[in-house]
Amino acid sequence: MRKVVNNAQEAIVGIKDGMTLMLGGFGLCGIPENCLDALVDTEVKGLTCISNNAGIDNVGLGKLLRKSQVKKMMSSYIGENKEFERQMFSGELEVELIPQGTLAERIRAGGAGIPAFFVPAGYGTEVQGDKEVREFNGKMHVMEMGLRADFAIVKAWKGDTAGNLIYRHTANNFNNMMAAAGIITIAEVEELVPAGELDPNCIHTPGIFVQRIFQGVDYKKQIEFVTTSE
Amino acid sequence: MSLDKNGIAKRIAQELQDGYYVNLGIGIPTLVANYIPEGMEVTLHSENGLLGIGPFPKKENVDADLINAGKQTVTYIDGASFFDSAESFGMIRGGHVDLTVLGAFEVSETGDISSWKVPGKLVKGMGGAMDLVAAAKNIIVAMQHTDRDGNSKLLKKCTLPLTGVKCVKKIVTDLAVLEVTGDAFKLLERAPGVTVEEIKKATEGTLIIEGEIPEMNI
Repeated sequence: MRKVVNNAQEAIVGIKDGMTLMLGGFGLCGIPENCLDALVDTEVKGLTCISNNAGIDNVGLGKLLRKSQVKKMMSSYIGENKEFERQMFSGELEVELIPQGTLAERIRAGGAGIPAFFVPAGYGTEVQGDKEVREFNGKMHVMEMGLRADFAIVKAWKGDTAGNLIYRHTANNFNNMMAAAGIITIAEVEELVPAGELDPNCIHTPGIFVQRIFQGVDYKKQIEFVTTSE
Repeated sequence: MSLDKNGIAKRIAQELQDGYYVNLGIGIPTLVANYIPEGMEVTLHSENGLLGIGPFPKKENVDADLINAGKQTVTYIDGASFFDSAESFGMIRGGHVDLTVLGAFEVSETGDISSWKVPGKLVKGMGGAMDLVAAAKNIIVAMQHTDRDGNSKLLKKCTLPLTGVKCVKKIVTDLAVLEVTGDAFKLLERAPGVTVEEIKKATEGTLIIEGEIPEMNI
């Protein structure tokens, strides 16, 4: 029970100016809505945010950007976010674009205690920069570093009081790896149940990776592009 | 007559084989899903963590937790699976996905591809494109042969920032099917009614033309 906190405000205690955060989600799918809202209500600023995307205008991470609480974004794709564009062009916001698979693996590696590894993505492009390159099996690879964060904030479908998490459909995306890469990991879940109620065979993220957990409220689950077959 | 977008997609669908796992990029590549031959088992991979993409949902079945890499709502087929992004790119990097189809701004005769950034224009990021082109087993580029001003997109050397080097194997355009040999574009097929001369004129890079070039059968 020691992991359970009452709400997002309690969960984010300790997040300070200049810290590095990981935020789960792909687009608006599987984002930690409650914690993002709670962060917007604080005066915390100068954050480095590692997140595949940056929300859209005034939704998800877009809200933090609007309040100029973010100093640097590490993402693979920015998406539809005018305020983001404005801050990037004016130089207020530093942006590091990282190939999506490399970003995912850097987070996975960070959580798994692997400081660096080689991938083919980015070789011969501006992503290579001055990184070390090596040939393996006749193919060129670029060295990439594992990533950790002061806080990782993830969103799951179900969780238990031991911190075990289960995601739903494609809302897993970056959440599972980020949970392991946070020095402190906060999980917000749609349904929090007592330990023992989730089938241990079906856990995606084992509770060892989660330090704080709470049941979120009022999920908006906005969809970027509703596409139907008729 | 040059092909429209659906024509390009239809021709690319002929490259599919039974049992293939395929990743389709945004734009024309997505249309390929509409032309998978009847009875052929092709499983579509979405890099945000879904193997077994189904058709777009009916209005009443739209689910915010179920989207494709273009952030559109989708469904999943029987036998589908969900997984995290690291595992998803492991499938690509590990060579488990048989074919990747994606769009491009430019392709060079050595197989380099530019598809993510135009200097001076808004940069949204490379998403998964660099991972896909660097690691996929087989890559087909779907694109128009020339840009809106009539400039060739099949070049000796790419002029825009690269997405990957020496990776494109085949290109299907509105005019032709071409193989990238490593130092040239080899013309394989013409779009119905398009002449070899027209293709030559629209191709800046080295073009290999051997014997009679057949028309696409679509």
